[in-house]
Amino acid sequence: MSEETLQITLTVNGEQVTRMVPVRQHLVDFVRMDLGLTGSHLGCEHGVCGACSLRVDGQVVRGCLMLAVQAHGAEVVTIEGLTDTGEIADLQEAFVNRNALQCGFCTPGMLMTCAELLAQAKLMDRAEIRAFLSGNYCRCTGFHAIVDAVETTLRKRLQT
Amino acid sequence: MLDKSLASPFAKPNSYIGRTLSRAGARRAVAGRGRYTDDITLPRMLHAAFLRSPHAHARISAIDVVDARRQPGVAMVMTGAELAKLCTSPWVGTLTCFPGMKSAPQYPMAVDRACWVGEPVAIVVARTRAEAEDAAEHIHIEWEELPAVTDKQTALDPTSPVLHPELGDNLAFRKTIDTGAVDDAFAAADLVIEETFDFGRHTAVSLEARALLAAYDKGTGKLTIHTSSQCPHMIQHVFAHTLGVPQHDVQIIAPDVGGSFGLKIHTYGDELATTAAAIQLGRPVKFIADRLESFVSDIHARENYVKARIAVSKAGEIEAFDIDVLSGAGAYSQYPRTSVFEANQILNITGGPYRHKHFRARATVVYLNKPPTSQYRAVGHPIGNSVGEHLVDQAAYALGIDPIEIRRRNVFPDDAYPAVTASGIRIKDLSHQRCIDALVERMDYAGLRDEQVRLREKGIHRGIGIAAFIKGTAPGPSGYYGVGGAPISLQDACVIKLEPNGGIICAVGVTEQGQGTDTIMGQIAATAIGVPVESVRVISGDTDATPFGGGTFGSRAAAIGGEAVYLAARDLRQEVLDLAGVLLQAEPGALDIVDGFIINRADGVKRLALAEIGRIGHYQVGELPGSVQPVLSHTRRFRLIDDLYIFTNGIHGAYVEVDTDTGFIRLLKHWVAEDCGRVINPQLADEQVRGGCVQGIGGALYEHCLYDEGGQLQNGTMADYLVPMADEMPDIDVIHVETPTSVSELGAKGVGESGTGAAPAVIMNAVNDALRPFAARVTAQPITPESILVALGKI
Amino acid sequence: MKAPKFSYVRADSVEQAIQLLALHGDEARILAGGQSLMPTLNMRLSQPRLLIDINRLDVLAGISLHGNRVRIGALTRHAVVASSPIIVEHLPLIAEAMPHVGHVAVRNRGTFGGSIALADPAAEMPACILALDATLVLQSTAGRREVRADDYFHGLYETAQWPNELLVEVLIPVQQSTSVSVFMELARRHGDFAIAGIALQLVVERDIVADARLVYFASEDKPTLAHGARATIVGHRIDEMIANAAASALENDLSPMTNPQASSKMRLHLQRVLTRRALALAADRVRRA
Repeated sequence: MSEETLQITLTVNGEQVTRMVPVRQHLVDFVRMDLGLTGSHLGCEHGVCGACSLRVDGQVVRGCLMLAVQAHGAEVVTIEGLTDTGEIADLQEAFVNRNALQCGFCTPGMLMTCAELLAQAKLMDRAEIRAFLSGNYCRCTGFHAIVDAVETTLRKRLQT
Repeated sequence: MLDKSLASPFAKPNSYIGRTLSRAGARRAVAGRGRYTDDITLPRMLHAAFLRSPHAHARISAIDVVDARRQPGVAMVMTGAELAKLCTSPWVGTLTCFPGMKSAPQYPMAVDRACWVGEPVAIVVARTRAEAEDAAEHIHIEWEELPAVTDKQTALDPTSPVLHPELGDNLAFRKTIDTGAVDDAFAAADLVIEETFDFGRHTAVSLEARALLAAYDKGTGKLTIHTSSQCPHMIQHVFAHTLGVPQHDVQIIAPDVGGSFGLKIHTYGDELATTAAAIQLGRPVKFIADRLESFVSDIHARENYVKARIAVSKAGEIEAFDIDVLSGAGAYSQYPRTSVFEANQILNITGGPYRHKHFRARATVVYLNKPPTSQYRAVGHPIGNSVGEHLVDQAAYALGIDPIEIRRRNVFPDDAYPAVTASGIRIKDLSHQRCIDALVERMDYAGLRDEQVRLREKGIHRGIGIAAFIKGTAPGPSGYYGVGGAPISLQDACVIKLEPNGGIICAVGVTEQGQGTDTIMGQIAATAIGVPVESVRVISGDTDATPFGGGTFGSRAAAIGGEAVYLAARDLRQEVLDLAGVLLQAEPGALDIVDGFIINRADGVKRLALAEIGRIGHYQVGELPGSVQPVLSHTRRFRLIDDLYIFTNGIHGAYVEVDTDTGFIRLLKHWVAEDCGRVINPQLADEQVRGGCVQGIGGALYEHCLYDEGGQLQNGTMADYLVPMADEMPDIDVIHVETPTSVSELGAKGVGESGTGAAPAVIMNAVNDALRPFAARVTAQPITPESILVALGKI
Repeated sequence: MKAPKFSYVRADSVEQAIQLLALHGDEARILAGGQSLMPTLNMRLSQPRLLIDINRLDVLAGISLHGNRVRIGALTRHAVVASSPIIVEHLPLIAEAMPHVGHVAVRNRGTFGGSIALADPAAEMPACILALDATLVLQSTAGRREVRADDYFHGLYETAQWPNELLVEVLIPVQQSTSVSVFMELARRHGDFAIAGIALQLVVERDIVADARLVYFASEDKPTLAHGARATIVGHRIDEMIANAAASALENDLSPMTNPQASSKMRLHLQRVLTRRALALAADRVRRA
């Protein structure tokens, strides 16, 4: 069988892109290799670790479980785009101050998931925060510092 | 929270020692601007995939790569036999510091025989990883399956197949320590507790898998490798020597590393094969291990079976420990750090906090048709501490003594040092008593005991676990590695320079993986010289740009690397003051450097900016007399002299709830009181302990490489090999007691492994504490709900 | 691991999708949420010739109430089902189960129909629809047919669905005022495949159980309706004794599997524990209603 390709057009971080892609290429390989957006990472390609988390049409998804061709016509936001808009600048600052990351490999995916948590604008306790982050693997921090950073940011945003 | 038990020479204003600073690397990472090996693209770069053995033990009768070579996008297919011809010699993973150990020679890819499921057999290099994997499916191999050795309990039986016939048997190493009169001690003891323990095989599961990008310039003969390694200089040596490239022509660069934990201090055949391919092709070749292959090609660790007993007097005095360790290694002893280190360490540290005089410990390490094992975070300590601390708890229960109390009665007092443990380890500068006090207070031990009683009456079963430990950090060259023949430096170095603008460049041989090495080196340098920390730029992880060092492992960066920085920085400071003295016609001793300015000690008046020294020292040198030659670059190296390690100590506390109907455990809270000497950055030290604890909890409750009799890994995916995730982990409270080490001026000890070393012990103790009313115990890790229900007799 | 080569079609109508299924049979795979299919492709565990992407077929998505049945389109995302007011009000069993389905990102893409058609023995939605006596609507070039959930789950990843059929929607009777439901599962970590689970729906009239559907999942190769356990509780008030009787009856209802995650003895034990706990919670919910 030869390598089947398809042309896709999508919006990535607010910018329209058109590319020819192998149909079997997943979305994270596409953004990393074709668009040079290396902030999204691959940790397993099983859909378990969350390192590949991206925002597609407003929702956090496992980027390794979506084909690039499925993103035709979609709006994709990566950690680079999320940073540029400043949407989670307070959370990113909290992560740095609290050292809620060490090697940083899980961090973009973790922040993507946290962005969705913050977007719910609902007060959550530590247990609820942990449950929300239960699909993002971190091997370095043991999660405590991450929960601290999210809790601090959530409280500040909701002014409590 | 710091307990400065000695007046700190670093407690001056503007000192960065003991200050929490955020990491510059963190700012990049949260913006997605990390630069990991897979983020790097080079012109004409190709990608490698491997065909790996599906059999635990099988002869390669025939291997045909003709079809594979013809597949779309393929640049090269190389077999193990072809690669062997490019190697100067096979690897033999023995060290003379482990007398009597034996290992078979190992080529980077299997030549005529594969010895574990996952062993690389052939490399395919193609335009894309996908095409390389496609082509690998077209490699045709005729396998002749051989009997596999997979059970360490029977590996030495005469009827067991011998993995490497030239070795005679499957024994890798045996060692015995026998101190005092152990048999007499047990015979005379008021109480003897005996137990067997089983520890499951683990693997590190760093989120960024192993990664390497090799590029060889045929014109200059330079080999440049970007790799996710903790030890660039060791990789430089091994790859240079194995592939016959002069070591000084090899540059190893470790960019951002996405988690390592000891996994990435080792050398791997597939990485060597990738490099060989790059040299042959004259094009860059990238290899990123995927998750499935990581499970069967990364080093494994922790597979140990231990029989142990403790002898105690009725007053609760520990008289003796006697342990017998059976360690399941892999098919080869991992080169160059060996696969016997973990067993050796168990012998060294079991019962380490205590003053007993009698100690016998035997280790037997056997080869198995499984992936090679080697050092992984806290090497041996999780096992030794679990064994020792369990026995201490059981003795306490049997004698009706509180577990904290029995430890108080037996630890080396804080004024006992220097001392020697019964295992023969020299220890000093420890603080068991202060740590126990700190833990008891912080966790409200008495309050928890009361709550435990109250809740038991309601059928809620909570357990309180306690585990004391010693931890060997920052190894010295007199003991292992270099002296044993390994090309690993246990010294470390710093080159520190003053730039024309007054900025400081600080190049170090230790490395950064996100724990904050670069940050703390900057803090040390800034403090030692007297400049704002923003003036210091630390360079690490590049063999072209840093002095020769050992990299980061064994929690050595702060203790060894930090001291080298401190000494070099102080030398630079002295030269700056000497030059300032000349320029200002003052006594250098009357001057100081504060905040980047040379000031009068007496009245604090600013005399010169450091930038002036930089300008004059580099450009306007005519302003100095001819007899004065500014150098403004200083190198220092540091090593331990006689000590094997800088030992640290601490104690964990854990509070858990066991659902005795389902066997499920809830981790309610975790505490660690530990002494890593001079704390440079408290937040970073805390976070090392926290992350380490959770990694240890993984071993206690979740992680297990499950092998069947045929040597097949049954749970080698991210869904089936269980690593700790956020919802099941507790908050962790960390307290630091500070007893600076006397071996260095800085006084810093290692902290990175203290969490992992004793977390499994404390969790097991907490669970068993919860199960006490049922006279049930668990002594195998991981502790699963099923093992708890079996212990309770419910299934 | 990179997926093997395959052909890809973005279906623009249900007609097109079922025609392609008719043509290719089991050499084609439906790509909906992809949360289960993509890992198998990435790991090269499956090598389909053709992927039929049905994500544009909006007609297959949506939740609506028709009389006393809820219609859930097969393409409806788990996250949409979880937050739907219709589901929360009329199918609380599903709402209670949803937090256990994978993780947030998985629920954003994974589809209700996808989970059912895959029929993983540890999956939550198959158990729920069996407990709720749902009807599945399948479509092929031969037309539409309805299959009761009772008849749909045959074995490990095996359903009554033919390779040329597409699951288009699920019809579920709404919970009556006399009904109470409970969902519970045990998993080693949040979002993991369960090692034991129960989805039950009881009809309770004047404190007496008039009817019951007790579904056990993650213990056998498919979700199982426990008839013996049911018999012990129908006609009775729920109390500790009855709950124990139901738990004991499981011995004959279930032959749990053994695998590295848990042994059959463990699974049976846990299902008994869950039975007692779920029935106690059901009784509590009846009291509070």
